[in-house]
Amino acid sequence: MMAKINLQINGKKQTVDVDPNTPMLWVLRDHLNLVGTKYGCGIAQCGACTIHLGDVAVRSCQLPVSAVGDQAITTIEGLSVNGDHPVQQAWLEHDVAQCGYCQAGQIMNASALLKRTANPDDKEIESAMNGNICRCATYMRIKAAIKSAAQS
Amino acid sequence: MTQVKRTINRRAFLKVSALASGGMMLSFSWLAGCKPSTEETSRLPKEWFELSSYVKIGDNGVVTLMSPNPEFGQNVKTSLPMMLAEELDIDWKDVIVEQADFFPERFERQFTGGSLAMQMAWKPLRTAGATVRHMLIGAAAQAWQVPASEITTKSGVLYHKASGKEAGYGAMASQAAGLPVPEEVPLKKVSDFKIIGNSKKNVEGLNIVTGKPLFTLDYKREGMQIAMVAHPPAFGLKVKSVEDSAAKAMPGIKDVFIIKTLADDYERNGFDTTTFTEMVVVVGNTTWEVLNAKKALKVAWEKIADTTVVIAGRGGKQSVTIPAGLESTETHQTAMAEMAKKPGKVLRQDGDPKGAFKKAAKVIERTYSAPFLAHNAMEPVNCFAHVTAENAEIVGPIQAPEFIMQALSARLGMPREKIQIKLTRMGGGFGQRAYGHHLVEAATISQKLNAPVKLVYTREDDMTYGIYRPTYTATYKAALDDQNNLIAYQVKAGGIPESPLGFAQNRFPAGAVDNYLAEEWELNSNITIGAFRAPRSNFLGGAEQSFLDEVAELAGKDPIAFRLELLDRAKTKPVGEQNDYDPERYAGVLKLVRDKSNWEKGNSGAHRGVSAYFCHNTYVAEVVDLSMRENKPIVEKVFAAVDCGVVVNPDAATNMGEGGIIDGIGNALYGEMTFRGGVPQKKNFDTYRMIRHSEAPKAIEIHFVKSEADPTGLGEPLFPPIFGALANALYKATGKREYTQPFLQGNQPLV
Repeated sequence: MMAKINLQINGKKQTVDVDPNTPMLWVLRDHLNLVGTKYGCGIAQCGACTIHLGDVAVRSCQLPVSAVGDQAITTIEGLSVNGDHPVQQAWLEHDVAQCGYCQAGQIMNASALLKRTANPDDKEIESAMNGNICRCATYMRIKAAIKSAAQS
Repeated sequence: MTQVKRTINRRAFLKVSALASGGMMLSFSWLAGCKPSTEETSRLPKEWFELSSYVKIGDNGVVTLMSPNPEFGQNVKTSLPMMLAEELDIDWKDVIVEQADFFPERFERQFTGGSLAMQMAWKPLRTAGATVRHMLIGAAAQAWQVPASEITTKSGVLYHKASGKEAGYGAMASQAAGLPVPEEVPLKKVSDFKIIGNSKKNVEGLNIVTGKPLFTLDYKREGMQIAMVAHPPAFGLKVKSVEDSAAKAMPGIKDVFIIKTLADDYERNGFDTTTFTEMVVVVGNTTWEVLNAKKALKVAWEKIADTTVVIAGRGGKQSVTIPAGLESTETHQTAMAEMAKKPGKVLRQDGDPKGAFKKAAKVIERTYSAPFLAHNAMEPVNCFAHVTAENAEIVGPIQAPEFIMQALSARLGMPREKIQIKLTRMGGGFGQRAYGHHLVEAATISQKLNAPVKLVYTREDDMTYGIYRPTYTATYKAALDDQNNLIAYQVKAGGIPESPLGFAQNRFPAGAVDNYLAEEWELNSNITIGAFRAPRSNFLGGAEQSFLDEVAELAGKDPIAFRLELLDRAKTKPVGEQNDYDPERYAGVLKLVRDKSNWEKGNSGAHRGVSAYFCHNTYVAEVVDLSMRENKPIVEKVFAAVDCGVVVNPDAATNMGEGGIIDGIGNALYGEMTFRGGVPQKKNFDTYRMIRHSEAPKAIEIHFVKSEADPTGLGEPLFPPIFGALANALYKATGKREYTQPFLQGNQPLV
């Protein structure tokens, strides 16, 4: 039941030998040592595991590795080389994080939002980000950071 | 050079331990894959000198400061080193911060909880910084043959004005490390602070936004196995047997077995809360494989009998019975309502409450209740352990490492000095991670396997494990005379399995009213409980402040003016001597929030509620502005006024305050765990409702009282009062008082 699957992750070709039903979350974390993508709920309710499939934010805990096909995957580790993506910079500027556990998922979702909506208003931000729980409740700063990133 | 005789300092942590010739290689993080960048590497000195447990100075002047306390988002890893850096007199840009391992011989109080980090570290850490600075001055005095009193420091440089000599700390570090540690050192005045009081960004900011492996769940080790547990699905059940042949045959699975973490006769300490001492364990290569095998287990459960354990906790050693039975929320509520009718245990009585109620012009009585709550930290419970015949290495998310050492040592049959706990950043704690059962579980599994292992709970395992915030109820009663003066006040509170009142009988309005009575009661349960952000206060703050709002209304008084009147009474003619608050500081935050929110002039159409509460040594007053849209409350704005003494890291303090407020709104509106037949009825975020982006306030303003008083904490104090301010604002919006949490029951999840 194992299968060799070719993936393109953060601009790099990778081959993994896994059960094709394995969610991308665990392929990234256990097989490719990309642990920036976090496990929070396993049922697509918290957003901690958000990655980009092409340009779209998806919950990697619900994405079987066999369903990826030839679409490019971007994780938090591949969003920028040195943390200089405008969303990451805005996160630093607003000193958003408390515990930090959910922030990779927040950033991946926010950066996908800004790709499709360059200047989102409050409502658009809230509705796009509503699936990402921050238990420390840094929501004020997340919103402020998204607005800053949209301006840069 | 004169050699001064080495003296032994009374404080072990200030002892100069060693010169670090070539030894102290700096690691930015011990976590795999977190290698220093080129820029960071270029900053590294050739040699480090350890001048105290907390301070290492490189020959090039770069300084490593050790952060002693476990970090779970309250930003101690930044603000504690700020205290060291201030007195050491160095530039913040020259500082590298490292997380200290659990090492009680070297570091004081490696515990994070109770909003005590700032308060407890304030003198020791500043003293540690000042001590090293004085040793550097001593070294320069010897080298330059000048009196130490003539040497000054600025930004990591030593100066002797008269001779024009100067040297960086790095140049004097080697010599300073050999000098005796001074017994007493003067500390800076608040007005001279350069770092404290000026916002510094989170030292882990870049690592967080780039997804570096910072958490235990990210930890890896060569040969490491993944372990998951199946714990009983209900409180009141235990493992009977397991049919594991299907699970064992699945790919990647190494073993299935049952562990027992605490022996039946093990004498527990107050933090050894362990819901299930026996669990089924599945071990394998990868998380996904182990998850699937766990689902294939067929476990038979059986009911527990009444079980007695010995706990040496806060109240001394006592036998505690864990009762048999499969409990449910409905039976809890009936039992609590019955207890609330009976007299409780009197905790404090002033005057003659009974007599006062008899002659009162108006009497009001209200009952408030709140459910069990799950912590739901975003990083589920997990722990790495590698136990060999010689020693144990544990890496885990733990707020209170010292409290789990006893259980680890007893379970592993190993003396404490052979057990090493490394502290990782935690993906949230909220009190839950003060209880280290997961460390004992991981260590037990590793010892059995004789291999490194990472124990991982699923979200469901985490949410249904227990250690919840207890369920509480409180009945308040107040009497007014014909002039609308408060002449009597009573509170009777209880909970399952703990009363919320134990610490709070001397809180406001005790001291402000002649006739006062506080009583409590408790009902036993097998549902485990533990600290949850602002324990007990997280219920009392909301209940009491909702009640006072209603009393003010009955008296025909403005709710802030009413509270200020009572606080004035507590200041000028206090009742009793045990009152635990300073009425002037209490009134100070109320006045500040009144002015900042423009309370007296009102706000354009918003429904407003106010509350104030003092807990964890910090005074807070809050105003909530609400609007209603489609019958749903929208929190437009929250104003908070806070008196926590000196604010060490203002922007981080504001962040913490915002989090406490939003977390409070979320729990007040949605937070709830219920039970049926012992089974927790919510297992994941599809049913356990957490506050989300769209429900956060549209704006929050936090104002700190300018103060030179020693700092107190912020992790908890902004949380309890928001329940009251929100309830009081909801009343203005709907005309209905809120007595039962969560205020919005039965709401469906949003996603």
